[in-house]
Amino acid sequence: MKNLAVPHLRLVLLAAALLAYPLVFSSAFYRDVGVTFLLAAISASAWNIVGGYAGQVSVGHSMFFGLGAYTPLLFYTLFGWSPIAGIPVGIVLSVVLAVVIGMPTFRLTGHYFSMATIAVAELIRIFVGTWDFVGAAIGLQGPAVARGWWDLTFRSELPYYYVFLAVLAVVLVTTAIVESRRFGFYLRAIKASERAARSLGVPVRQTKLKALALSAAFTSVAGSLYACKTGFIDPDSGFGILVSVQMVIVAALGGAGMLFGPLLGAAILIPLQTATNTWFGGGGSGLTYILYGGIIVLIARFEPGGLFELWHRIWPQRRSRAHAA
Amino acid sequence: MVFVQVITGGLLLGAIYALFSSGLTLIWGMMNFINFAHGEFVMLGMYVALLVMVWLAGGPAIFGIAAAVALAALGIVIYFSLIRHVIRGPMLAQILSTFGLALLLRYSAFWIFSSNFRSLPPNALSGTINLGGVFLPVAQLVAGVAAIALTIALHLLLTQTTVGSKLLAVAEDRTAAMLMGIRPDRMQALAWGLSAGAAGIAGALMATAYPWSPSVGETFGLIAFVVVALGGFGSVLGSLYAGLIIGLIQAVSAYWLGAIYKDIVVYGLFVALLWFRPQGLMGKA
Repeated sequence: MKNLAVPHLRLVLLAAALLAYPLVFSSAFYRDVGVTFLLAAISASAWNIVGGYAGQVSVGHSMFFGLGAYTPLLFYTLFGWSPIAGIPVGIVLSVVLAVVIGMPTFRLTGHYFSMATIAVAELIRIFVGTWDFVGAAIGLQGPAVARGWWDLTFRSELPYYYVFLAVLAVVLVTTAIVESRRFGFYLRAIKASERAARSLGVPVRQTKLKALALSAAFTSVAGSLYACKTGFIDPDSGFGILVSVQMVIVAALGGAGMLFGPLLGAAILIPLQTATNTWFGGGGSGLTYILYGGIIVLIARFEPGGLFELWHRIWPQRRSRAHAA
Repeated sequence: MVFVQVITGGLLLGAIYALFSSGLTLIWGMMNFINFAHGEFVMLGMYVALLVMVWLAGGPAIFGIAAAVALAALGIVIYFSLIRHVIRGPMLAQILSTFGLALLLRYSAFWIFSSNFRSLPPNALSGTINLGGVFLPVAQLVAGVAAIALTIALHLLLTQTTVGSKLLAVAEDRTAAMLMGIRPDRMQALAWGLSAGAAGIAGALMATAYPWSPSVGETFGLIAFVVVALGGFGSVLGSLYAGLIIGLIQAVSAYWLGAIYKDIVVYGLFVALLWFRPQGLMGKA
């Protein structure tokens, strides 16, 4: 409940800032950074539902992202349909996959789930890379020129920005609702102690499965949005391990299991990533990922609660005052 | 004859899988902890072998031991600086700690050694040998046999010696072990040293027979998961059998289906195991 206690004024300010950003920073470069930020925030918020709130750390969420990214472009390539048509199919496939993975692994400890997610994501990546039907290693392409708004292909960054912002709002509102319902309490009980939760009558496996399915559905939408914006997808940008890494690090840096954690994480990491790429040239250097690895280790070692928790520890009075208000 | 060659090659590679996977299963059995950076330890072992050979002109015995010692030292350092602090923390911290470490090591290796494939310069193990019509590279034969011997040695160390009993005692009940005068911290550090050392020497053995690049760590890490899942968590002997089986399955599927499908078959096996026998072949339910 504590996240709902965020004063409404702050929420309004945040929304206003996000709405105004592309109008204030109107150059293509800054708008692109904004769109990248929103996409990272959407996927990390989706990961957060199962990885943060339920404490089931998936390191293979790229499988849902990739499914969501491939289906719109596949339908476009096969039938010339609008990419929008593929989005619900991606969601359905992702939910099915979530159940297939969750059913057996949620009987075992959390480590097993992490191992399974990383292995399945890798299995799908290699498989897609050899399958000619989905473009094998080359991947798929979307419409080069939009036939209408329903193709979700725009020349300007601005429409993307507001579409992504709307989706982020949906994900966050859903998470906030989940947080305040019985389901949210179940999730946190499971995270704190699975055995204790079970002994109190929490349907543990069922709750974890639901959380994974919800998370998978939103991650799939994030993948679809990515594919529509980029107009191109290949096995690495869809199913690669680095896609999963980004979701984990964005959520964990801000605060896993906190509503606005992924937003804070994305607000720090995306500009940082853009800066390292501009200074050191392209992804070829791999410096970004050395940095990511280092940050993940430091979070795990010193601040597993993320920056939000650090903030609350440094300024405890502020928090209590906010609660009193 | 070609098929016999395929099978022998698969078993010899499987022996090396068994050796590094036994390191992963040891940590799992000791501390209920999965090391996501284990494949990166194997990869580092390969580069240690290369550096020792190029800079110090060391032979196979020297670079093998050097890789084991270097990685064992790294394992102990990682235990004291990282693992010891996260082991009682939340699940998120446990998983992220070694996952982040894997990224750090993998991309540092890319940064330092570039993504090019490397192989060891010609050495005492170069050349092939003819075993009754089956042609095998000497390096592959020596590496495979040495890997089996080392895995069995690790198993004997755990089951037949005092140190092994102490390790198992800590794994069984930390508090009770402490009351018996065993220092759990030292034993767990030793387990990390043994685990990383096994990965390091497995890497050095593999380097004698196969070319590699920094990205092999990810593949080996996943293969180790599959081997451990098949052999049962915490069982060194189980991972010996499972390693040989996985090596065999890989070689045969590469031969019949084509090289790109060998990993698909192995990871598919992992998913099937999850569904039908999550405790592994040798594991208890």
